[in-house]
Amino acid sequence: MVLNNIEQLIEKYNNGETSLKEEQQLKEYFKQETVALHLEMYKPMFVYFAASQKETFTKEVSLNSSKNHFFAWISMAAVAVLMLGLYLQSPLTAQGDLGTHEDPELAFLEVKKSLELISTHFNQGASSINYLNEVENTTSLIFKK
Amino acid sequence: MTQLEFLQTVMPFKDKVFRLAKRLLVSKEEAEDATQEVLLKLWKNKKKMQEYRNVEAFSMTMTKNFCFDKLKSKHAQNLKLIHSNYKDNNVSLQKQLELEDSVGWVAKIIEDLPEKQKLVIQLRDIEQYTFEEIGKMLDMNETAVRVTLSRARKTIRQELTNTHNYGIK
Repeated sequence: MVLNNIEQLIEKYNNGETSLKEEQQLKEYFKQETVALHLEMYKPMFVYFAASQKETFTKEVSLNSSKNHFFAWISMAAVAVLMLGLYLQSPLTAQGDLGTHEDPELAFLEVKKSLELISTHFNQGASSINYLNEVENTTSLIFKK
Repeated sequence: MTQLEFLQTVMPFKDKVFRLAKRLLVSKEEAEDATQEVLLKLWKNKKKMQEYRNVEAFSMTMTKNFCFDKLKSKHAQNLKLIHSNYKDNNVSLQKQLELEDSVGWVAKIIEDLPEKQKLVIQLRDIEQYTFEEIGKMLDMNETAVRVTLSRARKTIRQELTNTHNYGIK
């Protein structure tokens, strides 16, 4: 009875006359473990169709490509501005106040003053290690013997 | 149209696009690229998308055309060899899926069908579109769809009967 129905459906199916509902019926029928022997060749067909339906698209698609371009351009512009800024900035800082004097007289005095300062400090430092000479004297006494 | 709206429109049929592409291009990687391409094209034309009455059918047609273009350029470049590489890849992949040997055979048989029949089998027996929808997607009238489908189904049955009877594996 059921088989008869399936046979009719198969006939219609092969002629491309089945509705989607009827095809669903066929799919259900061939899902079973055992089918009528003379219909067995249809089984892999329907099993394959059912299996194929389950295949899915898993790859990620990024839709932000246009936005990314925008950010790329922005960052490029930022880098350009930064470089330009550095380029313009560097000579300015080099020209900053270094204590340069226009008048040679004044400059000479300034240099003298700073050199004196260095010399006094240096002598101070040197005098504080004078006692090391004592060590030198003693060791030379010992080693001369 | 925002990204969310777009995704909501596209998500339900992106797998169908992928499967159709895979049916025509055979290789999974190629099909993934094609699907991505199609989705990006849709995204770029999202303003026009609201005008289409049936985005899904439109996308399927687009996929079909895109894959045909791909195949054509492949034939033009004489890259047949690469194509047969894909075949091997596909068979092993199919093997993971298949429940029995003959199920894999169905895939092979469909692969050897003419392109029109491949398309119709894919759209009808796997994606379960109505004849009207298939007609629109492939730009054919319904009778032609039915006839093509009938031919494809009969070929598959014939091939399967042959393998059953003679045990060619």
